[in-house]
Amino acid sequence: MSTPPVLEAPGTGTSPLLEARRVTMRFGGLTAVDGVDLTVGRGQIVGLIGPNGAGKTTFFNCLTGLYVPTDGEVRFDGAALPPRPAKVTRAGVARTFQNIRLFANMTVLENVIVGRHTRTTAGLLSAIGRGPRYRREERESHSRAGELLEFVGLGGQGNQLARNLSYGAQRRLEIARALASEPKLLLLDEPTAGMNPQETRETEELVHAVRDQGIAVLVIEHDMRFIMNLCDRVAVLVQGSKLIEGAPGDVQADERVVEAYLGAPDDEPPPLDEGDEAATRDPNQERTA
Amino acid sequence: MTIKMSSRVAQALTATGAALTLASPFLAWTWTAAYPGNLTLNGYPGGSQVVTLVTGLLATMFAAAAFGVPGVRRLAPAGAVRALRAASLAALTTTWVTVAAIAITLGGAVNVEPGGWLAAVAVLLLATGAHALADDTAESPPKGVRLPWAVEVALITVVFLAAMFVLTYGITTDSAEDFLAFLPAAGFGARALSVAGVTRRISEINARHRVAVAALASALVFPFTQTGDQYTAIADNILVFAAVALGLNIVVGLVGLLDLGYVAFLGTGAYSAALVSGSTFSTFHIAPWPFWATALLGMGVSLLAGLIIGAPTLRLHGDYLAIVTLGFGEIFRITVNNLDGTSGPSLTNGPNGINAIPDIELFGFDFGAPHTILGVSFGRFANYYLLLLAVIAVIVFVYARAGDSRVGRAWIALREDEKAATAMGIEGFRFKLLAFGLGASLAGLAGTVMAHLQTNAVPDNYKFADTAPPNSAFLLAAVVLGGMGTISGPLVGAALLYLIPAKFEFFNRYQMMLFGLALIVMMRFRPEGLVPDRKHQLEFHDEQVSGAEARQVAAEATV
Ligand SMILES: Nc1ncnc2c1ncn2[C@@H]1O[C@H](COP(=O)(O)OP(=O)(O)OP(=O)(O)O)[C@@H](O)[C@H]1O
Ligand SMILES: [Mg+2]
Repeated sequence: MSTPPVLEAPGTGTSPLLEARRVTMRFGGLTAVDGVDLTVGRGQIVGLIGPNGAGKTTFFNCLTGLYVPTDGEVRFDGAALPPRPAKVTRAGVARTFQNIRLFANMTVLENVIVGRHTRTTAGLLSAIGRGPRYRREERESHSRAGELLEFVGLGGQGNQLARNLSYGAQRRLEIARALASEPKLLLLDEPTAGMNPQETRETEELVHAVRDQGIAVLVIEHDMRFIMNLCDRVAVLVQGSKLIEGAPGDVQADERVVEAYLGAPDDEPPPLDEGDEAATRDPNQERTA
Repeated sequence: MTIKMSSRVAQALTATGAALTLASPFLAWTWTAAYPGNLTLNGYPGGSQVVTLVTGLLATMFAAAAFGVPGVRRLAPAGAVRALRAASLAALTTTWVTVAAIAITLGGAVNVEPGGWLAAVAVLLLATGAHALADDTAESPPKGVRLPWAVEVALITVVFLAAMFVLTYGITTDSAEDFLAFLPAAGFGARALSVAGVTRRISEINARHRVAVAALASALVFPFTQTGDQYTAIADNILVFAAVALGLNIVVGLVGLLDLGYVAFLGTGAYSAALVSGSTFSTFHIAPWPFWATALLGMGVSLLAGLIIGAPTLRLHGDYLAIVTLGFGEIFRITVNNLDGTSGPSLTNGPNGINAIPDIELFGFDFGAPHTILGVSFGRFANYYLLLLAVIAVIVFVYARAGDSRVGRAWIALREDEKAATAMGIEGFRFKLLAFGLGASLAGLAGTVMAHLQTNAVPDNYKFADTAPPNSAFLLAAVVLGGMGTISGPLVGAALLYLIPAKFEFFNRYQMMLFGLALIVMMRFRPEGLVPDRKHQLEFHDEQVSGAEARQVAAEATV
């Protein structure tokens, strides 16, 4: 499968920001992601679409080190990206989750501050000692987190518990938490799922604003209007493999895409999997340590 | 529960009941001084009558607030009627327990004098009236006014002193009857203060001034109120238990790791101290180490033990971790049992343990000898009481600072959602190991004091489950019962779990069964523990929570 030419955002470096090569993820006999190549250039918004169970979330998990890919390589910012979540985050990749995963019993502000974990250094001893350096770092974290809450439209709600936020607000909080790690690339897994049209439009604006800060975005989405409005480029994943990749208009018009979504007349529809990302699956395949 | 009747009648009932309740302790309730506390005197309340009097005063105060007496209303910012109900139940339960105990222990209702009958009827009238009054719970409780600094600090100190007084009363009751009358009064009394919004106001003020010092100062008062060592010894044991429970709260409450073998770290600290104490039973015949060095050694060895046990196990999750820690806890006990020179290398003197551990001497201060401070004589246990307060202060300090920092937030994040925390770049294993090690070393510190306090270190003190604390099961129960992730929760839990078995010795045979029952009831009706976590307070703050929900939360945030 050939990779189409990468659109470089004007005025940036030569290498693409993210470069996934032949990324493959097998679970026993099931190949959830099958040799996927994908590149994201600096400052780009790239869409990733595909029917349920196509392997989109699994691909994200491979990029962020939650899964160790069976095969393939991920390069980020010119260097190989080891499949370890802490290193991935430190390198500048942040993500949100398809089924919201906030720290429900922490405050909204604390959730965002946790996002700054890799950008702060205080250890146990300095937390107990509370010297000037510790206090400066805490102050910075608090003010930065406050700014991010303003940015995603949650200003003034910092002291609530995350679980008391409305659904849409929780999704925005996940974005703020991800941005707190000062990423160069933001991975969004269905950021508008369950939102009404009004909220969807607000999220669109938010993603635009994120890109305007120079942060590239790779977004999984089922809402075609959202994809059309936002993306510079769209890749289609079907049953683990990349079907095509191109400009949003071209992709939408492509027969094969329509077929993949609706099923060819003489074809069985692809197996649907509506389950929670991981809850029902083999826990051994996950790495959380 | 409410009773239907006209509000006029309800008010009259409440007022009459309150007045009679206040009067009744001044009458004789029984004819013989055989009942503990001497309830035979007219004009002078004694024993459990004092509890009836205090709860009656509390109820009267909230009744006055409910009737709109100017000035008093401010004492119940969140609503007085529900507080009145709880206070009336406090008076009702304690009085009826006492009257029933008189009848039962003295062999018949004839032993109850008219004063006792009057008291029983009075509290019934009071409770009936209180439950017939219309609920006046505020839709959204008014924000607390800020008082001058000195006033707020004084207020907090008075509150802590009052709490200390209640606790002291509980510790110093010397009969099961008295303690049985005390427990429900304390429970419902605390509930009354909580639904009245008093507890919340206090914790607001507390948060503004960080008056941990006031709490410490109140705790310092206890030994001054004691003439003998008898109850100070009990208080010491509670403090050891509480210190270890606080350490365990880091592991269980903050990080959410279920550790069923925690008592092993207490034991590690105790044995380390015993070995270098200069005891003749110790394998090392050396001059006793100075206590500061012993404390560091105990913490260090326990830390090491924590890391050794944690490193292979902390990659496990949930139930697996619980089972493995349970196993390690038992391994510790069996090992020290066997290191007797016969079954294994000679180190711990086997099942006999290391006895005759001398008292601590710290900077020339001999903890075994009495000292006179401010004209009050401090015996051995009072000396240790002071030391244990210092240990608790250290643990609280570490807990509070670590909990509210980058490290603490990482711990809580791991507890809340490990996968999301991992994706935020938190190295789960590293931070769990850190918490495990910190918890272990704090338990080790408590262990060093415990060895000297009890003058011995024997394997059977460090079991998984036993009828008396500290053991792993009781420690975990103190944390869970008290309220995970809080500071006062484990303190309250430890005090209760120590006092209840100690005061009801006649339950001995059924203790484990009752303990299990209590846990089940607790988990069914109040899973968040006696002292709810900050999250429940926050829910209460939350503007999005409707009035009805807020009331619900308020109802939960009690006892
Ligand atoms: N840990 C796992 N163990 C076994 N199978 C898995 C695991 N994770 C994902 N899968 C399988 O991989 C396939 C792709 O799942 P994935 O969640 O990536 O799909 P998706 O494209 O994100 O779908 P959706 O649009 O529904 O979110 C599914 O068949 C799923 O069952
Ligand atoms: Mg998905």
